[in-house]
Amino acid sequence: MATTGTTIDSDESFAKSAGKQLAIYALYTLIFLAVLIYVFSIVAGRTGGGASGGAVDFANNSITITLPQEPPQLDAGRSTDASSFVVLAHVMEGLLAYDDNMQIMPGMAERWEIREDGATFWIREEARWSNGDPVTAHDFEFSWKRNVDPDTASEYAFILYPILNAEAVTQGDLPKEMLGVQALDDRTLEVQFAQPTPYFDKLVAFNTFLPLQQEFFESTNGRYGADADEMIYNGPYVVEEWVHGASMLWRKNPSYWGDHKGFLDEIVTAYITTDVNAKLNLFKDGQIVETHLLAPMLPEAMEQRWQIDRVMDGTVFFLEFNHREGRVTDNWNLRRAMQLAQNSDELVYKVLKEAAYLPAVSLFPVWIQGLNGAFRSEYPPVEHKMNLELAREHLEMAKAELGIEEFPPIVFLTGDTPISILSAEYYQELYKQNLGLEIRIDVQNFKQRLAKMTSGDFDVVVAGWGPDYDDALTFGDLFASWNLNNRGRYSSPEMDAQVRIAQAELDPENRLDAFGEIQRIVYEDVVIIPMYERGWSFVVDPRLKGFKRRSIGPEVDFNFAYIEDTED
Amino acid sequence: MWIFILKRLVQGIFTVWFIATATFFAMHNVPGDPLLNDRATTDAIRANLEAKYGLDKPVMTQYGIYLGNLLQGDLGISFTQENREVNDIIRDHFPVSAILGILAVLFAAAGGVLWGALTAIYRNRWPDYVIMFLVILGISVPSFVVAAISQLFLVNVNELFGVTVLPVAGWGTVLHMLVPAMVLGLGTMAYLTRLMRSSMLEIISSDFVRTAKAKGVPPARIFAKHQLRNAILPVITVLGPSIAAITTGGFVVELVFAIPGLGRYFVQAVQQLDYTVIMGTTVFYGAFLVFMVIVVDVLYGFIDPRVRME
Repeated sequence: MATTGTTIDSDESFAKSAGKQLAIYALYTLIFLAVLIYVFSIVAGRTGGGASGGAVDFANNSITITLPQEPPQLDAGRSTDASSFVVLAHVMEGLLAYDDNMQIMPGMAERWEIREDGATFWIREEARWSNGDPVTAHDFEFSWKRNVDPDTASEYAFILYPILNAEAVTQGDLPKEMLGVQALDDRTLEVQFAQPTPYFDKLVAFNTFLPLQQEFFESTNGRYGADADEMIYNGPYVVEEWVHGASMLWRKNPSYWGDHKGFLDEIVTAYITTDVNAKLNLFKDGQIVETHLLAPMLPEAMEQRWQIDRVMDGTVFFLEFNHREGRVTDNWNLRRAMQLAQNSDELVYKVLKEAAYLPAVSLFPVWIQGLNGAFRSEYPPVEHKMNLELAREHLEMAKAELGIEEFPPIVFLTGDTPISILSAEYYQELYKQNLGLEIRIDVQNFKQRLAKMTSGDFDVVVAGWGPDYDDALTFGDLFASWNLNNRGRYSSPEMDAQVRIAQAELDPENRLDAFGEIQRIVYEDVVIIPMYERGWSFVVDPRLKGFKRRSIGPEVDFNFAYIEDTED
Repeated sequence: MWIFILKRLVQGIFTVWFIATATFFAMHNVPGDPLLNDRATTDAIRANLEAKYGLDKPVMTQYGIYLGNLLQGDLGISFTQENREVNDIIRDHFPVSAILGILAVLFAAAGGVLWGALTAIYRNRWPDYVIMFLVILGISVPSFVVAAISQLFLVNVNELFGVTVLPVAGWGTVLHMLVPAMVLGLGTMAYLTRLMRSSMLEIISSDFVRTAKAKGVPPARIFAKHQLRNAILPVITVLGPSIAAITTGGFVVELVFAIPGLGRYFVQAVQQLDYTVIMGTTVFYGAFLVFMVIVVDVLYGFIDPRVRME
């Protein structure tokens, strides 16, 4: 017994001295780490962003915002992503621009005229680039000709197709000099149309129509738009600092012609993240001026007594059928059966439960304008009622027409976002219960889904479409047989005829009638099954005024934003 | 010794070549198409894009060009960030990941060794139980959960004090680094603690420790020279690969804390099928990992002379 006692005793004392030694080591380590971290922070200062002065900084008249991702580059002619569009909307300005109420207003052009065969824009005299040079009609001519040039390989070249010869130039059939745009002098831009284009004013507010100064462009050796100093600007702000992947600093552009935009001295995009939780934390910590909220965050937001706003983001999501020959979904009765067996209300209100989403009932979203008011109140969509009995009848007819007893599994192609997978699973269960159809869900990431959509390797695809410009045609021509974005290859002479009217008709009422017809055909021929219109709930720092979230153009718009102290 | 290093270097170069080749062919056989985007393009534009990235040539020719450029250290131009070279992307963003990673590894190594030694000294007593319980938590809770929780914690701390004690996200100062580095290193720290504990326990009951005690060597000296120094060897072994794994695996932490590291580009590139960025970063990471393993082998020789002899 005595031996055991001494062992424990000596163990205790050993542990004590060893522990002391360990504590000394721990202290050394701490000191070492502290020194090291200090050194690192000096190094990191050169790679990181400008740490900001919080969401709103009255001393510098500045705000801090987030960007969803790093803009790949800011060459407007080749930009395709939402982040670039946001930046460009603040540092560039086209012939025309959007006001704070989503209406077209003068930009670089002080007046304009749209005729049957073309258009003329008169550039304002005080329009300046950030280097002090005047913005001229030549800058627009150069930019547009470059954007249709197949060497530029602009993915948005198609949006210039209303201009004479644009399509032939992008196909490489004509030289770019043949594009129907010409600067008559420094301040007059003359455009010739391929066909009447009554919505051309809406079109020129889009990024691909932004100007580009030839002299500066050529001085960058093909690196135009890659860095802050490899661009020049004509918008209310300029990009003064661009730390790739980390942050940007936009500063008020002293050369900008107007005083109706650009009330802040600085806008800092200090954080690049798509993580909504991180954004919410930054907002709560007073580091950023606005963030959007997902459904699970709403109760907390209510508790904080935040002012929650909602906005439609412009995009419509739908089930797009594959209309290629040989696919079961080419059969109208099957499509009709699937249409009758569902109701988008249930998807939005019971499954997705996002407060800002709307059940979709048409190809055209709710915010599209008609003649005097909303398009959808002037041309109401066909009223849809779920009818299982009728649906099953159509299903039997489809079986009879196709000469099959049972349908093979129907392939639902979908992206890998939680919302699209959830939607696909909802339809899988719905069609199994209501029609006894077996649905096979094919989840693919962005590029692979696109590859399958393009090659037609699907029966139904969970797809979405967002607007490029403020006219019903941005949705209306989607299912024209020649439209490359018509991934299900829907083709009908009736649809094509209506799209042609919608493209070229000069009388606004006849033109809207055509959109009404397109809306009807999409429903009656079951080209797609509309799912939902996406919207955002969002919260804004109460000291920020004049901020807009948009359905068209940049997602977030600070052009008209200013700050005001609301503290009592 | 020099022959040993040289041998390892040649092996390393061969390994990197193999990684480069495997990535290249895997990349070109992945379904999907890097040039597809939301808005469909005409055939003419597509043909031009293919020509720009050399995708119009036969695969073997592309492979030859790729290897040739790789030898000259040119990783090509990104498909999605059209005006940026992959070299620039790595140069701009790897230092951020490296700083974060090294810091995380240091936290992990320091913590792992100290906690591990502590649990071994106080084995089967309450410090041991508490720490080992935390270790199991650290190993099993994924980093995105820890990251999100610690960020929320920061928000609450800042709210409590009414000022920004520690920034919630971003990069640039010391304060930005602390929490992300700890979060990133947590898993490794837990793992190293366990490793250190078992290694210590083995040493404690070994003959030479008993001899030292019998000779009457002071306990602090036994602990420092005989136990700690021997027990730390396995930790050093896994440290090299851990540095590479942590440095390259920080994507989640980088995303949550909005840190401009390379991990984010790597993952985005895979999602976007950005061939050049995927290949560039994979080869770079591969080379980095191989290099770290060689460094550890050499270091090992210094710490334990017996290894050098073999």
